Amino acid sequence: MSKKDLALRIGGAAGDGVSSTAESFAKISARSGLHVWTYSSYQSVIRGGHVWTQVRGGLEPLLSHGTDPDVVVALNQQTMDVHQGEVAEGGAIIFDSDVVKADPARFRPTVRLLGMPLRKIAQAISPNALMRNTVALGAAVRLFDMDFRHVESAFKDIWGDKKPEIVQENIRAAKAGAEAVDQAGGSLGFGLTYSNSARYLMTGNEAMALGALAAGVRFHAQYPMTPASSILHWLAAHGPQHGVVVKQAEDELAAMNMAVGAGHAGVRAMTATSGGGFSLMVEAIGQAGMTETPLVAILVQRGGPSTGLPTKTEQGDLNLALGAGQGDWPRAILAPRNPEECFRLTAQAFNLAEIYQTPIILMSDLYLGEGFRTVDKPDFNVPIVRGMMAADGGSPGRYLRYANTPSGVSPRVLPGMKGFEYVAASDEHNEEGLLLSDILAGLPEHVEERRRMHEKRMRKLDGLRKDTPPPELWGPKDADLTLLSWGSTWGPAHEAILQLEEESVRVDSLEFPTLFPFHSDETLALLRGAKRTMSVEGNYTGQFARLLRAETGFAPTAHLHKYDGEPITWREIAAKAREVLG
Amino acid sequence: MKLEFELDTYKSEIKPTWCPGCGDYAVLNALQHAMVELQLEPWNTVIVSGIGCSSNLPHFLSTYGFHAIHGRAVAVAEGIKLANPDLNVIVTGGDGDGYGIGVGHFIHAMRRNIDLTYIVMNNQIYGLTTGQASPTSEMGMKTKSTPLEGVIENPIDPIAVALSTGATFVSRTFSGDVKQMSSIVAKAIEHKGFALVDAMSPCVTYNKVNTYDFFRKRVYDLEKEAHDPTDLKAAFMKALEWPVMQRDRIPLGLFYRNDRVPTYESLEPAYRKGNPVKEPLGIEDPDELLAEFL
Repeated sequence: MSKKDLALRIGGAAGDGVSSTAESFAKISARSGLHVWTYSSYQSVIRGGHVWTQVRGGLEPLLSHGTDPDVVVALNQQTMDVHQGEVAEGGAIIFDSDVVKADPARFRPTVRLLGMPLRKIAQAISPNALMRNTVALGAAVRLFDMDFRHVESAFKDIWGDKKPEIVQENIRAAKAGAEAVDQAGGSLGFGLTYSNSARYLMTGNEAMALGALAAGVRFHAQYPMTPASSILHWLAAHGPQHGVVVKQAEDELAAMNMAVGAGHAGVRAMTATSGGGFSLMVEAIGQAGMTETPLVAILVQRGGPSTGLPTKTEQGDLNLALGAGQGDWPRAILAPRNPEECFRLTAQAFNLAEIYQTPIILMSDLYLGEGFRTVDKPDFNVPIVRGMMAADGGSPGRYLRYANTPSGVSPRVLPGMKGFEYVAASDEHNEEGLLLSDILAGLPEHVEERRRMHEKRMRKLDGLRKDTPPPELWGPKDADLTLLSWGSTWGPAHEAILQLEEESVRVDSLEFPTLFPFHSDETLALLRGAKRTMSVEGNYTGQFARLLRAETGFAPTAHLHKYDGEPITWREIAAKAREVLG
Repeated sequence: MKLEFELDTYKSEIKPTWCPGCGDYAVLNALQHAMVELQLEPWNTVIVSGIGCSSNLPHFLSTYGFHAIHGRAVAVAEGIKLANPDLNVIVTGGDGDGYGIGVGHFIHAMRRNIDLTYIVMNNQIYGLTTGQASPTSEMGMKTKSTPLEGVIENPIDPIAVALSTGATFVSRTFSGDVKQMSSIVAKAIEHKGFALVDAMSPCVTYNKVNTYDFFRKRVYDLEKEAHDPTDLKAAFMKALEWPVMQRDRIPLGLFYRNDRVPTYESLEPAYRKGNPVKEPLGIEDPDELLAEFL
């Protein structure tokens, strides 16, 4: 069987330039025409420790960052010690022979040990210590027989026209690495045919930021928190040119409350954070539910509880999102599975937020949010629906901001519209917006009024259920096992299904791009023919399985819960599936 | 000449629910007079408040309003102002709301010099929760939450905090002098940048120490003592007079004003495209935006 993909793993200490070198390789791969999928294993330190990134490239679309790498670049001894045994057969390990020692006994057969004086080669070209990474990068590009012009174009993108001498030094360093490979036996001879037709490469976070921009976000407030920070970074760099006010807030309380204010004022408003920050936002997001203020909140999950594992992935915040805020208020929770869906669902979230005048929560995780993937070109021509507005100007009469309608949605106005002045209140209020919380509370007719107002808001869930994407079933017909998953687990689940198919084990996958309001009828219809079911999710208690059971009464027969911080792999899913099917 | 907006223009149909004698009536009155003086368009004015007795104020006005959760009025107001910088955004609330639970937003909004007017009805007690110590309660004051020894921590000095944090209009007023209060509030609204009006607004029900009489015996007008409000150092000295250094003299009026500091809005790059709420949605050239991903 001819090879259809490749994987490069670069490891070193934080500060060694691992992630930027890996990003360059990902870019080179995407420009070679490969589908790309990356995963960075890093730590909550700025210098030192052990970090590594794997870049997988494939002739066909990928579903995960893969398993054993074909080539490892070991920038330090720890990388050698940790990863040398995982290099795939027929692969190679590149290391600085002056500082890193390999233990040949620990390698698989046919793995080439490419010890070369990376630093010395680099120093002959430039005093910049990170130049040794470029030597290794050039060596890797040659091992995979990739076209060197993509190396040059990647460097030009990074340093641009401003520092042509640095571009030239790096090109020389990369070529020196390639020459060292040539002297040590040449390429790995994988025989991959590169189309050299560039693909778009982005992270899930960037795809969300782009989706927000396509949908016309005009205000974004955020406090830095891994792994959501790159949403802030990207929007801060690109938003203002497109009229987006991007505010780094003093904390997540402010970020959410600012988004509430901006949404109330009439712009498309957004905030983003991880679980810790979202915990601080819960009172204010409930306020948006009560005041019927549209906004989009992105929750990129990491390992919890508490500070937890800041640089590791998990799907442990579903309960948090479901229960955020005191009391009941209508919300939708969407969980994109891949960058394409990050783009599309973020754009759609703004429509839902404005149509239903309530917060929409988008749940992602570190694996999806920070990993690079190649995507089809995002189509900025997204539908924009701004929801029901009361007529501007004219004679508004007695305007009821919170008019009790069958859909629960009341025509909205924005401050600045003459004649419609009203006060939005976080207290319970009547159709006009007058408080039911002080001198009217408990009076019989207002007890009834409170019930009506609460029901009016909650009725929006009926519409949200209809307008949110339903669950999707994927895989072979007549499957013996149905996987139940949400979010980033989609990729490894599909890869496991494809692998199992080769063993004639039939498994399919039911996925939930909408987590709330729950699509119970569609879910039960899709599960009607299921023989066995297994929930696959990245948390301890099976938060999704519990939601499924609470909403439908359906309980999966098996569970795969992962909470060690690492992404769920297709191997783990396949192994558990085989076990369940006996 | 007939004014377009009279005092009645700004009154809503809702009658205030404050206790008889509450200092907040004077603040509402002063704010309405200031609005008449400035002829603020009610539809282009948003009053944002938090939670507490004083935070009910937006309901008693005919402008737009947002009655937010406890302590977050300033952050909500910043979002409103940044989304639509053409609006007059005025924040009203109490000392617990602004100097206690919401003090972080208070400080950072001042640091930004964002164009908001913040009127804090400071009664040195928690009223709506029936009489616990507030961040401005004086040392030794016995309250429901400090029944034994009284308050055993220092009160916050909002004037000194504002001066040190970058507010460009810093003032204190007293509900016993509506005329001065209304004049200061009008100037505060007119001011481009963050304006603090620390309005001493006695709670007649729960604070038996800091009463109208308490203030009447101690207050004096900074203007009459020739204080120069452009002198930051002098403003600090005046700020420290009460409550930090002594209890006998309480300065009222304008401590500090600086019109040369740029507002946050004047530096915000997004506004080069126009007012965010008025600009059409959509990206002119997505390919340009996508180029970095290819």
